[in-house]
Amino acid sequence: MSDATLPATALSSRRAAPRGALIGKVFEGLCFTAATTLLAALGGIIVSLLIGGWPAIHKFGFGFLTTATWNPVTDVYGAAGPIVGTLVTSALALALALPVAGGVAFFLTELCPARLRMPIGTAVELLAGIPSIVYGMWGLFVFAPLFAKYIQLPLMTAAAPGSLLETLTMGIPNGSGILPASIILAIMILPFMAATLRELLMSVPIGVRESAYGLGATTAEVVMSVTLPYVRTGAIGAVMLGLGRALGETMAVTFIIGNSHSFPKSLFDSGSTIASTIANEFTEATSPVHTAALIALGLVLFLITFAVLGLARLMLRVQEARS
Amino acid sequence: MLKTLGAAIGAALLLGAATTGHAAGVISGAGATFPAPVYAKWADLYKAQTGTNLNYQAIGSGGGIKQINASTVDFGATDKPLKPDDLATAGLTMFPTVIGGVVPVMNLPGIKAGQLQMTGANLADIYRGAIKKWNDPILAKANPGVTLPNLPITVVHRADGSGTTFLFTTYLSMKAAHWASEVGANDAVQWPVGVGGKGNDGVAAQVKQTPGAIGYVEYAYAKQNAMTYALMQNKSGKFVTPDAKNFAAAAANAKWASAPGFYLLLLDQPGADAWPITGATFILVHTKQTDAAKGKEVLSFFDWSYKNGDAAAAQLDYVALPPAVKDLIRKSWSKIVGPDGKPVYR
Repeated sequence: MSDATLPATALSSRRAAPRGALIGKVFEGLCFTAATTLLAALGGIIVSLLIGGWPAIHKFGFGFLTTATWNPVTDVYGAAGPIVGTLVTSALALALALPVAGGVAFFLTELCPARLRMPIGTAVELLAGIPSIVYGMWGLFVFAPLFAKYIQLPLMTAAAPGSLLETLTMGIPNGSGILPASIILAIMILPFMAATLRELLMSVPIGVRESAYGLGATTAEVVMSVTLPYVRTGAIGAVMLGLGRALGETMAVTFIIGNSHSFPKSLFDSGSTIASTIANEFTEATSPVHTAALIALGLVLFLITFAVLGLARLMLRVQEARS
Repeated sequence: MLKTLGAAIGAALLLGAATTGHAAGVISGAGATFPAPVYAKWADLYKAQTGTNLNYQAIGSGGGIKQINASTVDFGATDKPLKPDDLATAGLTMFPTVIGGVVPVMNLPGIKAGQLQMTGANLADIYRGAIKKWNDPILAKANPGVTLPNLPITVVHRADGSGTTFLFTTYLSMKAAHWASEVGANDAVQWPVGVGGKGNDGVAAQVKQTPGAIGYVEYAYAKQNAMTYALMQNKSGKFVTPDAKNFAAAAANAKWASAPGFYLLLLDQPGADAWPITGATFILVHTKQTDAAKGKEVLSFFDWSYKNGDAAAAQLDYVALPPAVKDLIRKSWSKIVGPDGKPVYR
């Protein structure tokens, strides 16, 4: 019996090595292919955006980025309006969403009764699953009228002539414009940031947190001086994830931003973003320069996103070097 | 394991190729979104009768023109007619299918549908930002007996490129010289004032939510949502209601026979009842078909639709072409030829 088993084991172990090696090779190959495919796709997108946008880049040069004329009749395009609109709405959305996302995450990890943790956590994740067109429709049909009635009109009537508030609140009181779009964007990026922050805070070792409490720290102190510094680098990643989504968000913004290509002059003024401009005009753009200008806009958005990610990396590196 | 997987994929591919090969009766088209509902309805009825499938993708007029030029579809569809020269260069033939109208709609407390009378010049001044208030003396003079509210005018326009915008801005260019020189006409223009709504529903929502707003939408949309519309002054000086009868009147008086390549805008047409902002939507096919049988299938579909599709079109609030125009179109098909140089359609 034992005579029979011994060679069998020896045989299986001898065979196992090459088989494992083969699986390993295949696995390596698959992973390598996956990574290179991604890189190739990225490169391909940049190249095709460059080629597609070239007629516009060639025709308008640097002025494409600095002028705010967008005239499909005369075929003259300048993207300053949409670029500024994209940056302003994303920044505002981030400023609005970050404190709330932080609050949600801290509440769920530190304060929330265990019973509520699941339902609230699931609700946050569900919010992330709502398609952006639904946010757009809701924004236009539900949010905009309420916003106009209860926020925009009171602010506009309260503004003293010539005051800063008057400059900020100029516009048509119908609930669409830069600020309403930013608020919708904030609601959209909130779940991503809240969910990521929550995961991060949960990853703080229980011992670290318990010892802080053991030293007599309050919840606020634990959050501020223990858990938050512990997840600092990851938190920047969460913020960038939200910002990336805000920069590229298309449908919801299109519905509520007012879609004007001019430079936004106030918080309630109509504006446009790069993504909303492309979504609005690409299907009916018949002149080659118009199409090229829209593709060049895509390239600009790509570069902005790239710059944001680069900046995040840089911040992380500086932080790591400091600590 | 890998081999079986490969074999399975291969078999699936073969099967896929075989099924696509089998389904010979498939016509593919792409383009304008405005006529998409009526094309879908016609396709449905046509399939029930003949078994031929129509696959229409409503990707927009611009996309339709690009796709037919690239020959990825059997026909393209556009709301903005191509000029005869452009058609000749691209080797395309164009013909109209149905007619629609663009209707100015507004949100004016106290003013009912059809109470307000509007001229093209005044509409242009409103959209230019020259007339800023509803009780402006110019509007008051044009509407004796109507008490116009002291409200600022909020101009609403389409944000997305659209055949509706093309018709509307072309009409304004015809009626007002300053509009033509300062703004011009296209699927999308640089609007001097106002907010943009996405699609007809976006414009309608903005108008409904803003007291004092004015916008423009397709007729079907204005009708189905019971929006407050204005009467427009037509070429004979009469103020007319936007309805199917008056769109048909605009199409009936148009001189299709003398329009090469059916390049005809039905804007500001003569006739006592003609609605001034009317337009047709068009089909584009290659003048030289590489596959005569396929070309015939496409034309047969439209021939069938001209014969049997009027009721379905009317149900969806599109206006059918006058019979004389349909005959002209059928005649024009004689220049669509197969590889052998013979007409593909009869």
